[in-house]
Amino acid sequence: MATELHRQVNPPEQRVNPPERDARPGEEGGSDDAAVRVRSLTRSFDGRAVIDDLHLDVRTGEFVALLGRSGCGKSTLLRVLAGLDREIEGEVLAPRRKAVAFQAPRLMPWKKVWRNVLLGLPGRPGRAVAERALKEVGLGHRVDAWPKTLSGGEAQRASLARALVREPDLLLLDEPFGALDALTRITAQQLVAELWQRRGCAVLLVTHDVEEALLLADRVLVMDGGVIAHQVRVDRDRPRDIADPLLAELRTELLGRLGVRAPEPAVNEVV
Amino acid sequence: MSPVLEPVVPLSARRRTVPRWLRRTTGPLLLLVLWQVCSATGVLPSDILASPGTIARTASDLLEDGTLPHAMLVSVQRVLIGLVLGGVIGVSLALVSGLSRLGEDLVDASVQMLRSIPWVGMIPLFIIWMGIGEAPKIALIALGVTFHLYLNVYAGIRGVDAQLIEAGTALGLGRWGLIRHVVLPGALPGAMTGLRYSLATAWLALVFGETINADDGIGFLLNRAREFFQTDVIVVCLIVYAALGLLADAIVRTLERLLLQWRPNFTGK
Ligand SMILES: Nc1ncnc2c1ncn2[C@@H]1O[C@H](COP(=O)(O)OP(=O)(O)OP(=O)(O)O)[C@@H](O)[C@H]1O
Ligand SMILES: [Mg+2]
Repeated sequence: MATELHRQVNPPEQRVNPPERDARPGEEGGSDDAAVRVRSLTRSFDGRAVIDDLHLDVRTGEFVALLGRSGCGKSTLLRVLAGLDREIEGEVLAPRRKAVAFQAPRLMPWKKVWRNVLLGLPGRPGRAVAERALKEVGLGHRVDAWPKTLSGGEAQRASLARALVREPDLLLLDEPFGALDALTRITAQQLVAELWQRRGCAVLLVTHDVEEALLLADRVLVMDGGVIAHQVRVDRDRPRDIADPLLAELRTELLGRLGVRAPEPAVNEVV
Repeated sequence: MSPVLEPVVPLSARRRTVPRWLRRTTGPLLLLVLWQVCSATGVLPSDILASPGTIARTASDLLEDGTLPHAMLVSVQRVLIGLVLGGVIGVSLALVSGLSRLGEDLVDASVQMLRSIPWVGMIPLFIIWMGIGEAPKIALIALGVTFHLYLNVYAGIRGVDAQLIEAGTALGLGRWGLIRHVVLPGALPGAMTGLRYSLATAWLALVFGETINADDGIGFLLNRAREFFQTDVIVVCLIVYAALGLLADAIVRTLERLLLQWRPNFTGK
């Protein structure tokens, strides 16, 4: 399914002819079913470039996971794609219909959970819509609660439900499963996968969990030094099994890129 | 060495046995008893301060002959009109300067400047402008209310979490949607604080306005009693002022409880 109407996020100058060069990681070439197209994006805070000449393409319907060390600029990139941060240089194209689940739940404290889920939806959707979405994330019993009474994981699931009801063309998820226990996490992952398959939307999932990235994504990106430093393609049918040797191999590769060495035989010695 | 263990006492175990309202009324009641004793023993002569008993009798007399109810009606009406007037002006100005930079530049500096004028000092000007009827009293109340509401609502709007504004934007809310669903509810705690301050100011302005010139209302009763050295009537009037002020505060507290129940704030032990 093609995304409707691409909207440019504040382009200071249009780059009509990108200079000829080898494709970088993250860049896919100019296919016309792109859901995200980022060229030479730079975002600086107080003179420090957190994102530095970054290139990224995401095809319509593609599920992309984004890994990277804490503070490397993943959330910043997400906010730029969401159109929330416009103090940027470079070219950014993203669909109009986007949904974001932020790293912090960001529920409106003055609205009951179900009103939070419906907030900003076009038309006048009834409470039943919110109830269904909340039931899907296992919050059917907390529909009428105030956000202050939710546990950390519950708030995160409410925030996820709020993003999922929006039926977006681009779904931006910033560590949406961070506060969840193993079991709830799997359910939530399946929900995202379901929505992705049904809606055919592009997904950009920020996560710290390499296995989660490998189980869910078509492509896994590693962000470092303000750019997409590395990417691996995961050509495996779903549902995937983490015991799959290919995934294990990719996992080691990605962990290496993240600076984690393969565990050595344990030595009982304090360095 | 093992650490010293201490029990975590469940809250219910040290629940008070005396109900809260009783604990809170004990102090004032004791004061009242002390006062009555002083009056009865002649330590406190009645031309300095009437005894609680006399005051109670005077109060019931004034209530029965309709003087007090009428005066209260007049005074409360003044406060209400001034409150509504000042509220509309104060909140409108706060919205203008809170919601837009342009509005802030135009409005805020002027309001901050005018705010530094003590509003009580405006009384002579108001009398020259509006005579000695209802207008100057209401204007004085409205003035005090305007500043308090302006300051608190403005601060409330500017205190709304930018992350929530961002979330609202990401959820597809437009400018008005943001104002309605994020900015205004977020400014509500500030607005309620402003309302409480402005109520206190409104009563104060009422007292000032009524004691300087009045032919009606509680302030008028107060002035007349002063001419005849009726300390009992004076105290009754003061009590009425206080009671009305307390009532207003109770109304705002109830409003706060209803409107701000979403707040995850510390509520005291
Ligand atoms: N508003 C800001 N002002 C100044 N610096 C900022 C601002 N926002 C982010 N940064 C800095 O930019 C860098 C990237 O932040 P970002 O939130 O994108 O990290 P992240 O990759 O999402 O990290 P994490 O995995 O911990 O969430 C950090 O060093 C952060 O301190
Ligand atoms: Mg982050």
